[in-house]
Amino acid sequence: MAKILEKRLIRYPDVFYYRINAPLISRKAKPGQFVIIRLHERGERIPLSLADINSEEGTISLIVMAVGKTTTEMSTFNVGDEILDICGPLGQPTHIQKYGRVILVGGGFGVAPLYPIAMSLKEMGNEIVVIMGARSKDLLIYENEMRAVCDKVLITTDDGSKGIKGVVTTALKQELEQSSANIVMAVGPAVMMKYVSETTRPFGIKTVVSLNSIMIDGTGMCGGCRVSVGGKTRFACTDGPDFDGHQVDWDILINRQKTYINEERGSFEAWKKRHVFAICE
Amino acid sequence: MTENNSKETILTRTPIPEQDPAKRRSNFDEVALGYTPEMAMKEAARCLQCKRPLCIDGCPIHIPIPQFIKAIKEGNFEKAIGLIKTASFLPAVCGRVCPQEDQCEKNCTLGKKAEPVAIGYLERFAADYAMQNRNGADVKIPKPTGKKIAIVGSGPAGLTCAYELARLGHKITIFEALHDAGGVLVYGIPEFRLPKRIVAHEINLLNEIGVEIVTNAVVGKLITIDEIMEEFNACFIGTGAGLPKFMGIEGENLNGVYSANEFLTRANLMKAYAFPEYDTPIKIGKRVAVIGGGNVAMDAVRTALRLGAREAMIIYRRSANEMPARKEEIHHAFEEGVQFELLTSPVRIIGEDGWVKSVECVRMELGEPDKSGRRSPIAVKGSEFKIPVDVVIIAIGTGANPILPQSTRKLALNKCGYIIVDEETGQTSREGIFAGGDIVTGSATVILAMGAGKKAAKAIHEYLMHI
Ligand SMILES: Cc1cc2nc3c(=O)[nH]c(=O)nc-3n(C[C@H](O)[C@H](O)[C@H](O)COP(=O)(O)OP(=O)(O)OC[C@H]3O[C@@H](n4cnc5c(N)ncnc54)[C@H](O)[C@@H]3O)c2cc1C
Ligand SMILES: Cc1cc2nc3c(=O)[nH]c(=O)nc-3n(C[C@H](O)[C@H](O)[C@H](O)COP(=O)(O)OP(=O)(O)OC[C@H]3O[C@@H](n4cnc5c(N)ncnc54)[C@H](O)[C@@H]3O)c2cc1C
Ligand code: SF4
Repeated sequence: MAKILEKRLIRYPDVFYYRINAPLISRKAKPGQFVIIRLHERGERIPLSLADINSEEGTISLIVMAVGKTTTEMSTFNVGDEILDICGPLGQPTHIQKYGRVILVGGGFGVAPLYPIAMSLKEMGNEIVVIMGARSKDLLIYENEMRAVCDKVLITTDDGSKGIKGVVTTALKQELEQSSANIVMAVGPAVMMKYVSETTRPFGIKTVVSLNSIMIDGTGMCGGCRVSVGGKTRFACTDGPDFDGHQVDWDILINRQKTYINEERGSFEAWKKRHVFAICE
Repeated sequence: MTENNSKETILTRTPIPEQDPAKRRSNFDEVALGYTPEMAMKEAARCLQCKRPLCIDGCPIHIPIPQFIKAIKEGNFEKAIGLIKTASFLPAVCGRVCPQEDQCEKNCTLGKKAEPVAIGYLERFAADYAMQNRNGADVKIPKPTGKKIAIVGSGPAGLTCAYELARLGHKITIFEALHDAGGVLVYGIPEFRLPKRIVAHEINLLNEIGVEIVTNAVVGKLITIDEIMEEFNACFIGTGAGLPKFMGIEGENLNGVYSANEFLTRANLMKAYAFPEYDTPIKIGKRVAVIGGGNVAMDAVRTALRLGAREAMIIYRRSANEMPARKEEIHHAFEEGVQFELLTSPVRIIGEDGWVKSVECVRMELGEPDKSGRRSPIAVKGSEFKIPVDVVIIAIGTGANPILPQSTRKLALNKCGYIIVDEETGQTSREGIFAGGDIVTGSATVILAMGAGKKAAKAIHEYLMHI
């Protein structure tokens, strides 16, 4: 059982921030790792990245986008409510060292897990550029937090309502042409990470991506999160979630993410009929 | 006491009532319904009460078999379960899932002339009887020794070790990675073979004798073995062999291809058969192929039928004689309408738009016996053919999970990643750290895992009382 200590709507109407009491997990967790939660007895197990770790106060933070049944149900949980199961920290931490100039690319809720990574990279003395993309300016998250730790913040919006008009790869390409980078790290939707990897490939810059495949146990037991990396089958939960983006077979990943689309849609519709909920308060 | 030792009674085993195959293939209720007291007493009367009971030699944990059978014959069921419990902590589980035909029943003297005594069914009867008529008075809280022992993994090995040590008065904490305790008993073996309430009941006895079970605790991530050793006097590792193996053939990552572990975990632990009432989805194939011939494959194929597959088949590269699954399960699967493609091996999985469409197979012949003593299959050239399916489940075995060894200093492993131990004690390369079950032997059986847990408990006790 893990108690929710703080909840905030950070992006209207569907992205929420939670600070959760999890002293043991916070003691061990490192940037790039994730937890698996189960909301209640009938719930499914879903993975969520750590958006912040505070070992002194014994808390972790999650940023969750309500996309389907479980994440929407989670959005109805409030301060004081308890999450039945929380298991972690899982996965290998992101490898942090002194690289020199690092470009971080975040899309959607992917900006959140990049935040603790940015802080650790900063502590190691790296120069950090972050590229944050969204469809429009209202959909951006974590801008202020990122500004506080990064040397340069580039924003892209599809509609041009803020920053550069275009997608993150537009900004990434410009940035790489102007002055190179020692490493690029990307977290976000698979399609975005795929194009980030394609953008850096001709520059020959190492690109680390965080793969969000469908998981159950998160301990290597089910094999559902398998991805093909460099022609080999790897498990995102134990070998990853970070992998070399130039080696990932993106088409397999993107395809496997669609496995339960029909089932999930059905269960979400049925749930919505049974529940009265307001996504934002 | 009336004894009926007519020839016929001695020769034929009392059949166990079962759900009708046509009905049970669409529900998750238990297949075998269990003996009534009358049936149990009748079957128990068949036992010859041998002076030299070979059945006990066949039992890895040496349950006093003739003694408990005698008690059943006399109608003293409380005594029967008491006798079993001196050796086994999970009788309701063992009575259901042990491969008796290869163990106690294989050795039974009666089996030389007729059908062996149904030792497994009798064990199950005694356990179920005790569960239904429990007065709760038999739990003795032992005097504390002041020693603390950590157990990693709550499968049969860890549970048995915990039980044995707790009974000696040690303080036990079990760390379990999943949200429920039981290991394969809860995530792998399906409800229709082993109802989860039975596992829960047997585990609950541990709570009653003061064992603490911490779920959602992945050792190696949340806490390391080295940290455990700072806080506890000793530790037992029973993490099982849960890492699924794949064949490395084309198409294995298509949608609709499952490892048996994923398929069974969704169905059992996450109750996907009750989706959307429970939130975890599962693909219900119209035509399902399961690759493999062990218990895991049988469980997967029968689960697929119950989820609503129109056709479900086993694809196995050897013949029916070599299948490692329990005979009873193969028989049950056959009765339920599972098809068997024997002497057949898949070579690739073919997809369309990212989804499985068919599996291409090749016919096999049996050649010379290999190292395992089984005749090794050889592909027949040019015999390739396709079987149209929309779900493929791979049940060709599992390996050692790397999380714990990777995070533990100086723990000696063999080249496949299994933990190396002293066979008699379960002691690993590190003092105070013991291991047993599938993480030592590779995938084996519930009873062997329990035997290992028991041996290690004895060694841990001796170790702690002598340091
Ligand atoms: C390592 C990792 C870290 C993640 N971190 C975050 C995060 O910080 N914040 C966040 O909002 N989301 C995160 N996700 C994604 C999150 O797990 C899914 O959004 C969630 O499972 C959707 O569940 P649902 O029932 O609400 O929606 P559904 O309707 O069930 O699913 C919507 C989509 O989410 C994906 N998904 C569904 N089930 C799972 C599952 N069991 N595991 C992984 N993906 C699934 C599928 O692609 C699906 O199409 C992460 C995923 C992974 C693998
Ligand atoms: C589908 C299936 C059917 C089977 N049918 C039969 C049968 O009919 N008869 C029979 O005798 N045998 C059967 N077996 C085999 C039998 O179940 C196993 O041999 C037995 O369960 C092994 O016990 P164990 O205690 O070693 O490990 P497991 O039962 O595998 O339990 C290990 C436990 O440790 C946990 N764990 C793993 N890593 C960690 C970690 N780092 N930290 C904390 N916890 C961890 C796991 O989550 C798990 O709960 C079957 C197996 C399967 C998969
Ligand atoms: S070997 Fe068979 S007949 Fe003899 S004691 Fe054991 S169960 Fe009874």
